[in-house]
Amino acid sequence: MNPKPKFAMYWAASCGGCEIAVLNTHEKILDVDANFDIVFWPVAMDAKYKDVEAMEDDSILLTLFNGGIRNDENERLAKLLRRKSKILVAFGSCACEGCIPGLANLSPVGDIVYTAFNTITTDNPNEIYPRTTVDVPEGELHIPTLSKVVRPLEQVVDVDYFMPGCPPESHQIAAVIDLVIDVIKGKAELPPKGSVIGVGNSTVCDECPRTRNVKMVKEFKRIQDIAPADPTLCILEQGVPCNGPATRSGCNARCPQAGAQCIGCYGPAEGVIDYGARLITAFASVIDANTPEEIEHILDGIPDPTGQVYRFNLAGSLMKATKSAWEKA
Amino acid sequence: MTERIGVYVCHCGTNIAGTVDVVDVANWAAEKLKHQGVVIAREYKFMCSSLGQELIEKDIKELGLTRVVVAACSPHLHEKTFRTAAKNAGLNPYLVELASIREQVSWVHSDKTIGTAKSKAVVSGAVSRVIENAALEEIKVPINPNTLVVGGGIAGIQSALEIANAGFHVYLVEREPSIGGHMSQFDKTFPTLDCSACILTPRMVEVGTHPNITLLTWSEVTNVAGYVGNFHVTIKKKARFVNEELCTGCGICQEKCPKKVIDDVYEAGLGYRKAVYTPFAQAVPNFPVMDKENCTYFIKGTCKACEKFCPTNAIDFTQQDKQINIDVGNIILATGYDLFDARRVSNYGYGRLPNVFTSIEFERLSNAAGPTLGNIVLRDGKTTPKSVGIIHCVGSRDKNFNNYCSVICCMQGLKFAHLVHERTGATVYNFYIDMRTAYKAYDEFYQRVLEEGTLFVRGKVAEVTNAARKESEKGKLIIQVEDTLAGKQRRIPVDMVILSSGLQPRADSKEVGKMFGISCSMDGWFTERHPKLDPVATMTEGVFIVGCAQGPKDIPSSVAQGAAAAARVLDKILQKEVMLEPIKASINKETCSGCRICNGLCPFNAIAYIEDDKISDINPALCQGCGTCVAACPAGAISGTGFSDAQIMAQIDGLLLRNLIAA
Amino acid sequence: MDNDHFEPTIIGFTCNWCSYRASDLAGTARMKYAPNVRLIRLMCSGRLDPTFVLRALSAGADGVMITGCHPGECHYIEQNYKALRRYLLLKRVLSGLGIEPERVKLVWASAAEGARFASETTLFVEEIRKLGPLNWSKDSDQLSVISDQSDNWSLITDNSSEEVPA
Repeated sequence: MNPKPKFAMYWAASCGGCEIAVLNTHEKILDVDANFDIVFWPVAMDAKYKDVEAMEDDSILLTLFNGGIRNDENERLAKLLRRKSKILVAFGSCACEGCIPGLANLSPVGDIVYTAFNTITTDNPNEIYPRTTVDVPEGELHIPTLSKVVRPLEQVVDVDYFMPGCPPESHQIAAVIDLVIDVIKGKAELPPKGSVIGVGNSTVCDECPRTRNVKMVKEFKRIQDIAPADPTLCILEQGVPCNGPATRSGCNARCPQAGAQCIGCYGPAEGVIDYGARLITAFASVIDANTPEEIEHILDGIPDPTGQVYRFNLAGSLMKATKSAWEKA
Repeated sequence: MTERIGVYVCHCGTNIAGTVDVVDVANWAAEKLKHQGVVIAREYKFMCSSLGQELIEKDIKELGLTRVVVAACSPHLHEKTFRTAAKNAGLNPYLVELASIREQVSWVHSDKTIGTAKSKAVVSGAVSRVIENAALEEIKVPINPNTLVVGGGIAGIQSALEIANAGFHVYLVEREPSIGGHMSQFDKTFPTLDCSACILTPRMVEVGTHPNITLLTWSEVTNVAGYVGNFHVTIKKKARFVNEELCTGCGICQEKCPKKVIDDVYEAGLGYRKAVYTPFAQAVPNFPVMDKENCTYFIKGTCKACEKFCPTNAIDFTQQDKQINIDVGNIILATGYDLFDARRVSNYGYGRLPNVFTSIEFERLSNAAGPTLGNIVLRDGKTTPKSVGIIHCVGSRDKNFNNYCSVICCMQGLKFAHLVHERTGATVYNFYIDMRTAYKAYDEFYQRVLEEGTLFVRGKVAEVTNAARKESEKGKLIIQVEDTLAGKQRRIPVDMVILSSGLQPRADSKEVGKMFGISCSMDGWFTERHPKLDPVATMTEGVFIVGCAQGPKDIPSSVAQGAAAAARVLDKILQKEVMLEPIKASINKETCSGCRICNGLCPFNAIAYIEDDKISDINPALCQGCGTCVAACPAGAISGTGFSDAQIMAQIDGLLLRNLIAA
Repeated sequence: MDNDHFEPTIIGFTCNWCSYRASDLAGTARMKYAPNVRLIRLMCSGRLDPTFVLRALSAGADGVMITGCHPGECHYIEQNYKALRRYLLLKRVLSGLGIEPERVKLVWASAAEGARFASETTLFVEEIRKLGPLNWSKDSDQLSVISDQSDNWSLITDNSSEEVPA
């Protein structure tokens, strides 16, 4: 019997949602088990890093790497799995563009650590802060060192495919699994290296059933301010900043169909270099005002523009992080 | 595949070489940009000369160049020159980029080290950009030989006649019931003192009877779509309530109409007309128009005297506004001016003091066909003034109102002075800031008026008042002014004051401009393509501006512009097709999501939403190439030729010398 | 770096019809101004994609100057208003990224205003000089916390090779 091709999935700086999305493919997970030899998947099975190190280079056919690169452990695993894998997929928005953990790039990492140990509900009377190494009788202990900024996977290793989403929709994951199985069986070709997979070829508006007209917004509002909202009309037209126009399609416009504005987890459309820039230009284009005073007044309706446009892809943007994150330790 | 790039650095004599080490720049490009594809870098004294161009052509043929960068003067001067040279050598002209190191470097910086370093960065930017250039082809569109002229004043009439006489069809649309414009209201015209109607009406008749002119008066353009050579124009022909097929222009309806209305258009509020009326005797066309707001039949349902007496049954109370659609290749806007509202200068008392008159009111007084039969009299309609004050620059050259000079008011004021002298023998004072009498026979006219005994006071009038301070001022209008040449304040009592009011753009010029796809200056005059070298063309191909619509001017200048625009239009018509620059945007059907964010961004209506496919689409013929939609598309689905994202991003990297790091 | 000797590098965007012609006019009139601005010609300020500004700032520019026709005088009727809206939102986002919003400036200049183009350029250069260099471009390697970038490392120390009881 031919040995089954090897499969691995790893989580770096992430939340675990992507793993759950994979398990959410329900019976399809049985196809994975039937067609692959799962060699490394911390959430689902027991294995050690030394087992991965012991594998031959390029011996794992497919690795789904989820999570951003926050510390040296993430970075080492990224490089390790790149060496050991034939196909490395940046799986989920964390790996593709930093996602929510990437919002750490809004602050200097030292401030983040300090804050974590000084919250209102934290009792830290002796002002103890974590160190990365400590000497103990048994030797030197080391915990992962945080890097200055969170980086998406492609800023650390060469990535073969990207699968965005927070998480990627289960039906898309199922489709990709089917494709890979077909490729293994020789029934299909892999897409060109560097492709974004598990997505549509347009933006969320393409999949959204709401009616859209020429948009002229005189006031930006929060979703609760337009209640009862018109479920058939474009959300942006009703004044709520919806990221749909700039966000890659593939999720079936889940959120707008459920009555919420798209927050942009699928990242940019094909060929777009900076996601935030596309949203800046999109929102600016629908503002119905021509004088600086009126425009500023309308813009006040978006209280956190940086967060609005870079919620999921700050780390993957052109600027990558704030000035203070770069400069302070 | 790496491109094969030729870089040519021009000395431009010492214009560039004086502040930029051009040899160093060329050598630097050859060495440092080699990895990007630069295969040859030359410097030469004058790249735009035929020898310079031959250098490029030779290299294209012998070295197989696929891209060319010329570092020289501004692209506005010689981009076409070098593009043509490339074309002659068999290279697509759009694969040539100009890097300006003269206007933007050598002429504006003095330090040679800095100038050379900056030139290198500029060349680096151009090389990085040109790699991303795409081969483009100019777009040919056919020209419809018909022309639309909007506005039937003297400028519009001139344009219409020139084109019609050349054998091509003209639609002349005029808002008022008759053509003639402001010139039809004047009495005499400066400097010749020709009777305005006498020189104008023959032209008007020619227009009215010309087989090649379709005259649409009492009409307005409501919509313009299309592009040069192919405009689709919608015109609203307002209901006259007179059947033009049957009307003979006999005038009985006017005579019999019992309803008198103050004519505040043609007679400037000084005379009456009837509810059914022709604005003046020589109106073209001679069909009257019914004023619905003031007609007894439309108000109360009674009267109908005009219908009773009309010998040909031409009155038709049921007539509706008509919509007319026409196709034309070119449009000439000759919409004229509005008069500055002198009421705004409250210290001059117009509207409050009865014997203060505006220039147009005076024209009507002076005109033998006017409400006073040519007698210059006070507001009571009978008293001849014994002293008259004429104030120049009312509302013009004034930061409180209009900052510009209205060009004609000085000559107008002199003309009034002459006419007042001639008709009344009154003492005339002209109050001026500067005497602007610049054109042919103008200054001689000024000297004549001086010799006639007009008194000139150089000073901006502070106030016109009827508050007398002494006995001799009682019952008069007192003009308070600083006589700057004498250096004293004066109070000059007169019977009548004439305000030489300034000219203003039409109140709706911005909306009209928008409808035709052209812009207005901050003051509101239509913007010409180039203020010195192209005053009748606009930035929009196929739309021309003539006469006062472009800015205040006198009749000879309006006529000249009317003729100039006609010549440009005839030139286009005779060429049968026009070439458009291929700088266009286009939407990728596959990646467009149909969000419609681009739909509201195009002032040229080039972007349409296709409901069935739920995507947007751009008509390349309408697209003017501004690139706003390219920058706005949130899906990155719109690309623009000539100024693509790839080109600009590459240029940014090149200017910042990021391309050197890749070496 | 001592701010006094800091020479800013600025990318300037001009529009073909007004501000680029203004810079041409400044050149023809031999007006002298600061050399720190490197110009890119667009057809219209409306072409200004925020990506361009972000690319310039992240690739080494200390500031970005955006120029176009005065409101109401745009060659393409009203596209400069669209540039204005994008610019105002972009500044807010840049603020959120800790970049001084004064590093990006929008200046209107008509084709006749060569002197204004020159003086505004020199003024902006001084404003950026006071703000200091931006120094944004970072190579990926500078962001790693692993000093040993070679392949000869292991996550395993001698201790952890012990078998863990099942």
